[in-house]
Amino acid sequence: MSTAVAVVLFSAVTAYALFGGADFGAGFWDLVAGGARRGDRPREVIDHSIGPVWEANHVWLVFCFVVLWTGFSEAYASITLTLFVPLTLAALGIVLRGSSFAFRKTVFRSRERRNFGAAFALSSVLVPYCMGAIAGAIASGRVPAGGQAGDPWTSWVNPTSVLGGVLAVVVVAYLAAVYLVWDAQRLADQPMVQYFHRRAVGAAVAAGVVALGGIFVLRSDSRYLFDELATRALPLVLLSTVCGVASLIFMVRDAYRGARVLAMGAVASVVVAWGVAQWPYILPESLEVADAAAPSGTLGAILVAAVLAVVIVLPGFILLYVLDQRGLLPAEGVD
Amino acid sequence: MSGDGLQWVGHAILAVNPVPWARAQMAFTLACHIILVPLGVSWAFMALIANYRGIRHSDADALQLAERWSKYMAVTFAVGAVTGTVLSFEFGLLWPRFMGQWGEAFGIPFAFEGLFFFTEAIFVAIYIYGWRRLKPWAHFWTGVPLVVTGILGSVSVVAANAWMNSPSGFTLDAAGEVVDVDPLSVIFNDAMPLMAAHMVVAAYLVGGFLVASVYAVGMLRGRRDRYHRLGFVIAFSVAAVATPIQMGVGDSLARWVYNNQPVKFAAIELVPETASDVPETLLGRLNSDGTVSGGIKIPGLASWLSDPSTGTATVVQGLDSVPADERPTISQVNTVHLAWDVMVGLGTLLFLLSVWYGLSWLFRRDMPKSRLFLLIASGAGVAAVIAMEAGWVVSEVGRQPWIVYNLMKVEDAATANTGIWITFLLVIVLYVGLGITTVLILRKLSRRFRERGVGEQDVPYGPSGPAPPPPAREEVTVS
Repeated sequence: MSTAVAVVLFSAVTAYALFGGADFGAGFWDLVAGGARRGDRPREVIDHSIGPVWEANHVWLVFCFVVLWTGFSEAYASITLTLFVPLTLAALGIVLRGSSFAFRKTVFRSRERRNFGAAFALSSVLVPYCMGAIAGAIASGRVPAGGQAGDPWTSWVNPTSVLGGVLAVVVVAYLAAVYLVWDAQRLADQPMVQYFHRRAVGAAVAAGVVALGGIFVLRSDSRYLFDELATRALPLVLLSTVCGVASLIFMVRDAYRGARVLAMGAVASVVVAWGVAQWPYILPESLEVADAAAPSGTLGAILVAAVLAVVIVLPGFILLYVLDQRGLLPAEGVD
Repeated sequence: MSGDGLQWVGHAILAVNPVPWARAQMAFTLACHIILVPLGVSWAFMALIANYRGIRHSDADALQLAERWSKYMAVTFAVGAVTGTVLSFEFGLLWPRFMGQWGEAFGIPFAFEGLFFFTEAIFVAIYIYGWRRLKPWAHFWTGVPLVVTGILGSVSVVAANAWMNSPSGFTLDAAGEVVDVDPLSVIFNDAMPLMAAHMVVAAYLVGGFLVASVYAVGMLRGRRDRYHRLGFVIAFSVAAVATPIQMGVGDSLARWVYNNQPVKFAAIELVPETASDVPETLLGRLNSDGTVSGGIKIPGLASWLSDPSTGTATVVQGLDSVPADERPTISQVNTVHLAWDVMVGLGTLLFLLSVWYGLSWLFRRDMPKSRLFLLIASGAGVAAVIAMEAGWVVSEVGRQPWIVYNLMKVEDAATANTGIWITFLLVIVLYVGLGITTVLILRKLSRRFRERGVGEQDVPYGPSGPAPPPPAREEVTVS
C-alpha cells in the first residue's frame, strides 16, 4: 500500500513538473523577452497562454505536499527541517509570482505593468531553481531521516542541488517554449511561432548540455543516485534522451504537436527516473518508503482521495484545457 | 562562501528562540489568509444570484454586476490561493515536529481539501474567462461548482483544525507514535460539525457584509442607480440571512466548548475558580493573583447560558481545575476574553442591522433608504471581518498551550530553526505590500468600471470578440 501512495506522490510531482513547470518556464521567457517594446508581443502570447490555467497548474504542488505530509509525515518533517531556507524562498517566490501575475493583468499603466511583470518573471526563475535544488538535496541523500535537521546550507548549496536547480530552470524553459510555439501557432502569429521556435531549439540544446554535464556531477557528488540511474533507471534515462532528441527533430521540422508530446515525455521520464533511482528510499539511504509510511487507514484515505481526484478533478482539468485550446476562454470578463 | 562559514554566520545572528516567532508568523499569515476566505467561499454564490437574474430576466444590470464581480474574484482568488499555498509550506517549516508526529491523522482532511481546491481553481478559471464565448446557461453552470467546492474546501480545512481541538480516530503505541488511523473519525471528529458550520456561515456573513459595504459607500456618495442598489441588495441579503443562523450555530458551539474544552470556556467567560452561579463578565480582566477586576458583571448569566436547563445552578469549571502549565497564561486568558466580547458584541450589532433590513423589506417592500442605515452598513464589512478574526483568536488562543488538545504542546511542536524571526519579518513586509496592492488594484478596477459607466460596452454574452471562432467550434457547450 505504501508503494501505491509513493506512486501517487510521484505522479503528482510529475504533473507539477509538466504543468507547473511550463508555467514557470513561460515566466522565464517573459524575463528574457527584453525591453518594453521588443518584449511586448511575446509577453502578450505568454499572458494569453497561461492566463486561464495557471492557478490549476499550481495546485499540483499543494497536492504533493498533502500526500507527503499525510502519507510520509516523518520524511516531510525531515525535509522541512533541513531545507528550511530553499523552501522559504520558494514559498515567498510563489506569493510574489501568483499575485504579481494576477495584478499585472488588471493594470494598464506601463510602469506598473513593468514592475509587476518583473516580480512575476524573476520569481518564475527563483521558484523552479529552489524546487530543483530541493530535489537534488533529497536525491543526493543530504536530508537525514528522523526529524534531525541536516546542514541548513550545504544540504542545498552543493553540486547535485545546483545541477537540480539549473536543470529545472532549463527544462521548464524548454517545455514552455515548446508549448508557446503551439500557442502562437493557434493565434496564427507567424513571427511569434518563429520567435519561440528559435528559443525552444536553444533551450533543448541547453537542457541536453546540462544533462550531459550532470552525468559527471552526479558521478562525483552523488554516487548512490548515479549508480541507480545507470542501472535500474537506465531505460527511463534513455527514454528521456530519445524523447528529447526526437522532440528537437520534430521541432526543427515544424511538427509542433509531436514536439510538444515528446517534450512532455522527456520531462516526465526524467522525473520518474529520479523516483525509480531512489527506490526504495524516500530519503535516500536513511529512510525507506515502507518505514516512513503512515498507518494503513491513512494510506487508504490518500488512495481514496487519489481515485476521487481521477474521477472529479481530471475531467475538470481536461475540460479546462479543451476549452482553453479551443479559444473559448479568451479573456477575463468580456474585455 | 563555504558551508561552514555560512553556518557560523547563521549561528551568530540567529540564536533566537523560535517558538514565539513561529507562533507569530503562523498567526499573522492565517489572519491575512482568512480575510480572503469569505470572498472565495461566498462571492461566487452572490455572483451566481446576479448571473441567474441577469439571464432569466434579461437584466443587463445584474449581468454586468456578475461579470464585474467575477473580475474582482479573479484577484482575490489569486491572492487567496498563494497565501493558502504559503500555509501548506508553513505546516512543515514552522511545525515540523507536529507534522512528523501527527501528520498521518491531521493531514487526512487536507487530502480532500486538495481535491476541492483543485476543482475550484479549475472552474474559477472557466467561469472568469468564459464570459465571452460560452453560452449563457452553460457558463452559469460552470460557476455552480465554485459554490460547492468553496463550502466543502473550507469544511475540510476546519475539520483539520477541529481535530486539533478534539483529536480522535487514532491509537498510540507505547512510544507515543500514531499506529492505527480511522480516517472517518479523524475527519468527522467531535468538534468538526459545529466548527465547520460556524466557519461556512461566517464566510457568507462576512463576504456578504464586505461586498455590501462597498456598495453602501457608493450609494452614500450619490450613486443610487439600479446597478449599485442591486449590488447592495444581493450581498446584504445573503449576509442578513446568514447572521441569525450564525448566532444559533455560535451558541451551540459555545455549549460544545463548555462540555468538551472546559478550560477554553473558563478563559472565554473569565472564570478563575470552579463555581456555580457564574456571572457573565463584559470586558474586565483577569489579574495575576487570580481575581477578576473591571467590567460589567451580569449575575448568573454565564451559568445560565452554559446550560439553561439547570439555570444559574450550572457549575462552570474554572481555570484552576488544571495545572498552570496546562492552561492559557493570564495574558492569553485576557486576550481570549476580550476577543470573545468583540466577536459577540459586533455579531449582535450586525444582527440588529440585519433585523432593521429585514423589517424594512417586510413592511415597506424595500431596503432602508435612510442615510444612517447606509452609514452603518458601510462599516459592516470591516466589523464582520473583525468579528471573524476575533472568533479565530478565541478558538486558537483559547486552546493554548496545546497544539493538539491535551496531547502535544505548541512548544514541543515548533521547528528548531532559529532563523524564524528573519522569515517572519520578510513575510510581514511581503504581506503588507500584498495587502496594500490588492486593495489598490481592486479600487483601480472599480474606478475603471465606473469611468466606463453602467450598461456600456461590456455587457456579457454579446457578440463575440474581434476574432470569432470558426462556426463548428461554437457548438461546444459544457453543460
